[in-house]
Amino acid sequence: MADPEIKSWEPHHDSKSAAVTESRPAQAVLMAIVFVFLAVFLLLPLIIVFKEAFAKGIGTYLQSLGDADTRSAIRLTLLVAAISVPLNIVFGISAAWAIAKFEFKGKAFLTTLIDLPFSVSPVISGLVYVLLFGAQGLLGEWLKGHGIQILFAVPGIVLATVFVTFPFVARELIPLMQEQGNGDEEAALSLGANGWQTFWYVTLPNVKWGLLYGVLLCNARAMGEFGAVSVVSGHIRGLTNTMPLHVEILYNEYNAVGAFAVASLLAGLALVTLVLKTLLEMRYGAELAATRGH
Amino acid sequence: MTTAPAQAGWRFRQPSVIPGFGLTLGFSLAYLTLIILIPLSGLIWRSAALGWTDFWAIATDRRTINALRISFGTAFIAAAVNVVFGTLVAWVLVRYRFPGRRIVDAMVDLPFALPTAVAGIALTTLYAPNGWIGKLLMPLGLKVAYTPLGIVIALVFIGLPFVVRTVQPIMEEIDKEVEEAAATLGASRFQIITRVLFPGLAPAIITGFSLAFARGVGEYGSVIFIAGNLPYKSEIAPLLIVIRLEEYNYPAATAIAAIMLALSFLMLLIVNLVQTWSRKRYG
Repeated sequence: MADPEIKSWEPHHDSKSAAVTESRPAQAVLMAIVFVFLAVFLLLPLIIVFKEAFAKGIGTYLQSLGDADTRSAIRLTLLVAAISVPLNIVFGISAAWAIAKFEFKGKAFLTTLIDLPFSVSPVISGLVYVLLFGAQGLLGEWLKGHGIQILFAVPGIVLATVFVTFPFVARELIPLMQEQGNGDEEAALSLGANGWQTFWYVTLPNVKWGLLYGVLLCNARAMGEFGAVSVVSGHIRGLTNTMPLHVEILYNEYNAVGAFAVASLLAGLALVTLVLKTLLEMRYGAELAATRGH
Repeated sequence: MTTAPAQAGWRFRQPSVIPGFGLTLGFSLAYLTLIILIPLSGLIWRSAALGWTDFWAIATDRRTINALRISFGTAFIAAAVNVVFGTLVAWVLVRYRFPGRRIVDAMVDLPFALPTAVAGIALTTLYAPNGWIGKLLMPLGLKVAYTPLGIVIALVFIGLPFVVRTVQPIMEEIDKEVEEAAATLGASRFQIITRVLFPGLAPAIITGFSLAFARGVGEYGSVIFIAGNLPYKSEIAPLLIVIRLEEYNYPAATAIAAIMLALSFLMLLIVNLVQTWSRKRYG
C-alpha cells in the first residue's frame, strides 16, 4: 500500500516517530501473531463449516436442506424471529423514548435492569420459564387446566428468545437518542406537531440507522439462540426444533453433512449480518451511537 | 430542556414539553416486569423455598462443585487469554495500517454473529483428533477436543470480541502527544507502553475481562459439543442444570442456577470495585 500518510510503512523513520511506535521487526512480529491467532480462532471455524457442508458435493448438500424436518426447522426459526424481533423493537423504542427524552429518578437503575439478560446464562434464561410454566411450575397446573401449552411449544420458544435478545435494540437507541437531545422534538412540537407526528417524522428518521443496527444484531441472536431455546423447546422434531437445535440433533446422529448444511445457512446469516453491520458503521458511523459490540 | 421554576421538594421527573412519558415508561416497565423480572424472581423464590438444608446439600454435592469449578475456572483462563490476545488485536487494528484492515476489524465480531451451536460443531471438528488442528496437536500429546482444554478454546472464541471492542475505542482516544512527551523525556518504548499507555487502558481491559468472563461462565452452546461432558471432569454448570431439568429434578436445577447467578453478581461486584480502585490509582 502506497499511502503517504501511513507512518509505520514509510521507509525512513525519523527518531521521533520511531520513539512512539514499535520498530519494524517488532511490528511484523505483533502483526504475525495477531493474524495467526485470528486465522486459527475465527477464519478456520468459518471455513470448516462450509467445507464440511459441501464434503459430499452440492447434491447431498441441497438434499439435506430439502429434508422435511430441516425445512420445518427453518420455518420455525423464521417464525420465532418474526415475532420476537418486532416485540423487542417496540420495547426498545419505547424504553429509549422514556430514558433518553426525560429525566427521572431511578433512570440509571432502569438502564442496568435492561442489560440484565446479557449477564444471565442462556440456560438460566430458559430455566426461569420452565419454573414458571412447567408441569411443576407456578402456573403449570392452571395452564394445564385451561389447555394452554407454553412450554415445549412455540410460545415458550418465543419467550426465551425475547428474553435473550431483550437489550439489543434498547441499548443501541438509548445512547443515540441521548446524544441527539430534545431540540428537534421541541421544535416540531412548538410548530404544532402532535406527539405521534413528532415521533414518526422527526425522531424515527433521526435514529433509523441506529435502529437498523440494533435490529440486525437482535435478529442474528434471535435466529441463532441455542441454550435458552434448548431448555424450553422439548426438541420435538418437525415441531419445536429451531435451526440451531436441529444442527445439534443432526450432529449427534453423526449426520455431519446435514448438521453442517444447516450450520452453513446460519453461518451465511452471520456473514450477511457482519457485512451489513460494517456497511452501516462505514456509511453512518457518525450517526450511530458510539457503542459498538454485542 | 425546559426551565421550570425551581420547586421545593422531591420530584419524580423533571418537567418537559415532550409527550409520551407515561405511555412509554409504563409500557417499558410492564414489559420488563413480565419478561425479565417476574421469571427471574420466580427462580429466586423457588430456590428460597428449597430450605437451607436441601439447598446446602445440592450446593455441596461433589458433581455441582466440580461443574461450577470447571465453568468458572475455564472461563477465567479463557478471559485471561483474551485479555492478552484481544489487547494485541486491538493494538494492531488501531495502530497499524495494512491492506484488509477493515475486513479483519469486521471479522472480530464473528463470535457475536455466529450462532453458538455452529461455533461448537465447527471447533469440535477442527480440534478432534482427526481434525485440521487436532491432527497437528496429536503428535505433541495435546488433546483438546473432549477435554477441559476444549472448553477453554470455545470460550476464547466466544469472549474475544468483548475484550477487543472494549479496549479498541479507548486505544483510539489515546493522545499521541503523551507518548511523544514520554519519549522526549527519555523513556524507552517498553517504559512508555507499561508506564504511560497501560495505566490508561487498564480499566477498559478489566471491563473486557469481566464481560468475557461473565459470558464464558454462562456459555452453553459452543461448549457442550467440544467438552466431552464427562461428569466431574469436563461438565460445565449450565449443562448440569440442563441434565437436572431432564431428570425433572427441578430443585437441583434451581439451586445450581441460583448459585451461578449469585457467583456471577459477586464477580461483577468485585470487578466494579477493582475498576473504581484502578480509576482512582491511575486516574
